[in-house]
Formats: sequence, structure tokens, C-alpha cells
Amino acid sequence: MIRGILIGVLAVGVAGTAYWGYQEHQEKNAVLLNAENNYQRAFHDLSYQMDLLHDKIGTTLAMNSRNSLSPSLTEVWRITSEAHSNVGQLPLTLLPFNKTEEFLANIGNFSYRTAVRDLDKEPLSKDEYNSLKTLYKQSGDIQNELRNVQYMVLKNNLRWMDVELALASGKESTDNTIIDGFKTVEKTVSGYDESDHGPTFTNMQKKDENFKKIKGKIISRQEAITIAKKYMKIDGNSEVKVTESGKGSDYGFYSVSIKDKKSGQEASMDITKKAGHPIWFINHRDVKKQLLSLNDADNKAAAFLKETGFKDLEVFESTQYDNIGVFNFVTTLNGIRIYPEAVKVKVALDNGDIIGISAEEYLKSFQTRSIEKPAISMEQARAKVNPNFKVMEDRQAMIVNKLNEEVLCYEFLGTIGDDTYRIFINAKNGIEEEVVKLKNAEAIYEDVI
Amino acid sequence: MFKKKVLLKFCILLFIVPLSFVNTNEAHAFSKQVIQRGAVGEDVIELQSRLKHIGFFTGKIDGVFGWKTYWALRNFQYEFGMPIDGLAGAATKAKLVKVTKYNSNPKVATPKKPAAKKPAAANTPNGYSQNDIRLMANAVHGESRGEPYTGQVAVAAVILNRVNSASFPNTISGVIFEPGAFTAVADGQIWLTPNENSKKAVVDAINGWDPTGEALYYFNPDTATSGWIWGRPQIKRIGKHIFCK
Repeated sequence: MIRGILIGVLAVGVAGTAYWGYQEHQEKNAVLLNAENNYQRAFHDLSYQMDLLHDKIGTTLAMNSRNSLSPSLTEVWRITSEAHSNVGQLPLTLLPFNKTEEFLANIGNFSYRTAVRDLDKEPLSKDEYNSLKTLYKQSGDIQNELRNVQYMVLKNNLRWMDVELALASGKESTDNTIIDGFKTVEKTVSGYDESDHGPTFTNMQKKDENFKKIKGKIISRQEAITIAKKYMKIDGNSEVKVTESGKGSDYGFYSVSIKDKKSGQEASMDITKKAGHPIWFINHRDVKKQLLSLNDADNKAAAFLKETGFKDLEVFESTQYDNIGVFNFVTTLNGIRIYPEAVKVKVALDNGDIIGISAEEYLKSFQTRSIEKPAISMEQARAKVNPNFKVMEDRQAMIVNKLNEEVLCYEFLGTIGDDTYRIFINAKNGIEEEVVKLKNAEAIYEDVI
Repeated sequence: MFKKKVLLKFCILLFIVPLSFVNTNEAHAFSKQVIQRGAVGEDVIELQSRLKHIGFFTGKIDGVFGWKTYWALRNFQYEFGMPIDGLAGAATKAKLVKVTKYNSNPKVATPKKPAAKKPAAANTPNGYSQNDIRLMANAVHGESRGEPYTGQVAVAAVILNRVNSASFPNTISGVIFEPGAFTAVADGQIWLTPNENSKKAVVDAINGWDPTGEALYYFNPDTATSGWIWGRPQIKRIGKHIFCK
């Protein structure tokens, strides 16, 4: 009797488990298929866009008038940006696929720059035309390689999930058609030297300045520690660690970290080997109460910068995050703001301690400057600004424009309606170099009921 | 939890305390601080209310000294013949108190919702919303819980360096969700609730702190499975992570 019941219960249990397992299996497959389909879409989209890109560059080559060139180049720009986004959706992170993405970014930059230019006044130069021709040929090569991979994928029903598994397991040596195919694409692109793209391509990627403009002698480890101690006011018992930068760094620096043995508080900073400038400094701790105003903290930050040897700085932005004040300082020479030379300082609003400094931008652009006289007057520049714009403040300023060049501008700070803008008009030719909409505070959504 | 209790007590107090007493308490005035653009807090709420009362400020009273408040204050200083510096210092505040009325607790009669004295908005770095920051904080928390603060700033900085790099997607979400890019995304740890520190680390990174020396990759040498990552030129080590180009 009992045996019968037991068998019955077990049988039901087994059947139930089987059913549950089957359900799970179905669900897993559905999810896998869904993920697989997403990868497939991204991949087929990518190869389609490469087709389109090649054709579009081809037609652009045949065009002559500005009326057709600009829209066509804009189209090229749009396609590259879409292709770029599709590459980002493929599970290729562990595969060196950077060159292809860089190539796409390069075409994008080139087409954007030429498309927005007034091609009537400044038509495509011979070099640019040749660049376009090279791009045409190269995009053709990539298109071919991708089509080849696509053909194999379709013919053999290859799955992207397998690629992901192969890459994740670290067995990159496994024979996988997709991986091999993409490696070939990458190799093809790597073959194109920078010089193939012609002189118009220099200055296109954001250049790493590597602190080349800093002058001074190389400091020793001991000197680095002395400098670091000026930033962290930890007296007495402290534990100091210094490490040098690795080979991957473009510039030499020391990383110094100092730990207060009593409180356990640790501060760290990087200092350039050349001349011993601070790159960044972080001395993080919880700031529980606000006892100082942002204005007091501002003064403390300015005094601290002066003390540590930064010259001619002026605060232009102050922001409070909870109980911490963040101040953005820029160099001001004879009333001209040099925006690329920016230093940021973090101040704790409980006791006014400096808890962070970031001077990377400053060090990259700092140099002895001779600023040219503007060619147009303030009034002439002002006439170029949108007539609805109500100017509240004006001054001269140096900024880095979209072509990565430093230009002298007239800066206008003012409002249109409820919004505040900074507008920069080139002081030489009156071009509107940049319009920045300044942010308003954002509502906290939790409290919106 | 603690906050709730305080709130509850506050509610009860409002019921018990006679109205007349509350009224004497209302004669609230600024604290001593000089209020400057970017500030957040009760003084800013008062400043905005007072400026609104006489029509200089038209925006929402949110407790954040933003551009609108700044222009309103400057207009006020201009109209009243004071030096126009956009700072609410002693003289400006005295003038404001003189010409305006301010009820720090306007809705005493409805004790259900004790007058919100908390700022209703927050400063965020230009170009980033609170949700962007939260998403990045999720990734930073998932990737580097238990790392020193500098290590968390570093992870956030790598995400931003990737956004700026031509070899990676151009958006924060694109970089974070790139398949295989971050282990925390692959194993779901990204959906843990981030702590305050990871949010602060993200804001620091957005504000320009990059402890990594412009790294694009990092890995934990104890758990890294890919041989490829070891071949990247290394820049430095922070906590358990090695950062590389």
C-alpha cells in the first residue's frame, strides 16, 4: 500500500520535474535566440551600411557642385555614425577591432568637416579629393571582407553566441569563421597608414599633448614626496608609497599615496616627473555637514592655488554637490580668459580642506603665450550674435574650437528667454565658433509626486 | 529610516505646537553666509522666494542657485543701485529682507506635508543628467565595489575615456552595454544598488579627475582570463586593477 503511494508520488514528482525542466529549457532557448537575433541584426546592418558607405563615397567623388556635395557628405557622415554604433553592439570587445572603428570615425570626421564648410568659398582641395579617393578604395576593401564573412555566416548558419562563448572562454585560438573574418578586416584596415589619408587627416583625431609644453628638470622620488606633502596636510605618522608610471603612459609621472596611520585616511596624487607639477590629487572622505558657505570655500581654493604656485587664475564656475564645493579656475591674462588652461578644485564644506585637484587640462595647454590683437571690434562681433540674445557680460577669451585649434574669441554671456548661453565669436574673422547652452539645475525626480 | 522618524516627529510637533508659536518662529532670515552661484540649500530657497516676491525671479523655487537666480539677483542689485556682483552678501541680503516678505513655513495649516525646506533640484555637471550619473554609478559599483575611492574614480574615468575615444561607442550607455566590455554587465552585478561613494566617484570623473593617465582598459590580474589584455601597454595600478592603454 505504502509502496504504491510512494511510487505514485515519485512518478508525479518525476513528471513534474520533467515538465518544469522542459519549460526552463524552452525559456532559455527563447532568450538565447533573442540575443542571437540582436547580434545578427547588428552584424547584417553593419555590412549593409558598409555597402551603402562605399556607394555613397563613390557618388560623392563624381559630384562637383556644392549643392549636391554637402548633402552627400552629410549622408556619409550619418552612415559612418550608424555603422560605428552597430560595431559597438557586436561582441567583439575582446577582439582587437579598434582600427576599423577608428577608420569609421576618421571618415565621419572628414565628411562632417567638409560638409559643413562653405564649399562655394572653399571648394574641395586636391588633397582632400585624393583623400576621398583613398577612402573610397579602402571602404571598398572593408566592404569586400565583410561581405565574405557575411556569406560564410549565412551559408553555414554560424551563430554569434558561439563567438561570444569562444571569446569569453579565452580560447581565441579556436577555429571560428566569424572571428577569423573580423581579424582579416582589422588587418586590412591596419594596413592603411595614417599617411595614406593625406595631410587633411592630421589634426583630426584629438591630439595627445603629453605635457610637452612643460619645461623643467626631472625630479626625484624624494622631491615628489615633498611636493605631495604640501597638498595633503597629514602630520606626523604617515605611510608613504611612491610608484613610477608604467610603459603605457605617454608621459612620466610618480604616483604618491600617503596614509595617515592614526585615522586611516589615505590621499593619493600623480605628479609629473618633469618639473613636478600635480596632475590630480584626491583626498576623499565623507563630508557630513555644511559649515562653510560656497563663497568661503571659493576663497580657500583660490588661496590654496596661489600657495601651490598656480598663477593668474580666476574662478569662473562654482558648484555645490551635497557638502562639497567644486570650483573651476581658468587662467586670465589682461582680462582674457584662457579656457583650455583650467584647474578644478574640490573643497570640503565642513572645514575648508582641499580634498581634490585636477590640473591635467591645465598642464596640457599651459604655455607662455603672446596673444594677438583682435582684428574686429567688440561691436562688430556683437553684431554677429543672434539678435534675440540679450548680452549680460562680454570679454575676450581663448578657446579650443572644433578643429582643435586655439582661437581668440569675443565671449558673450547672456540669455534667450529662460536659458543662459555662452557664445564665442572669433576675434579675427567673426565666425561663430561655439555656442554653449549652460545647464539649469535638474529637478530631483524622487520628490516629484 | 532615520529621516522618516524625524519627519514624523516634525508632523506631530506641527499638530501640537500652537499656531501662534509657529508664527513667531517664522521670522526667518538668512544665515550669515555670502551666497554665490552654484550654492544649494535653505538660504537659496529664501533668496529665490524673496526675489520672486518682488517679481525679479520667475522660475521655480528649487533651492539651487542657478543662472536664472543669478540674473534675477543682478537685476535686483541694478534696480536698487547696488554694486552688481551677483553675490548675495550682507548688504544685498539686508536690502532684500527690507523690501520683501518671506514666510519660511508657508503651509503651516496643512501639516500633512511639512513645508519642503529641502532643495528640490540638484546640480549636475554640464551635459550629464542625474540618470546618466546613476547608470555610470551602477557600472562603477558593480565593477569596483571594495576598491579604494581613487580606484572607483578611475573606473568611471575609463568609461568616459572610452566615450571620447574613436575606437569605442560614443555614448555612456553604448560603452557600458557593449557586449563583453564589462564583467559586471555580463553577470548582472551592474543592477546592484550603488552606494553614495560610487556616485561621488562618477561626478568626480565627469568633472575632470582622471587617476588612470588616460587608460582605456583595465583588468584584475588575479582573474583576467584573456591573454590579450596582458599585452596592452600598462600605465599604472590602482587597488586591484591594472590600467592600460
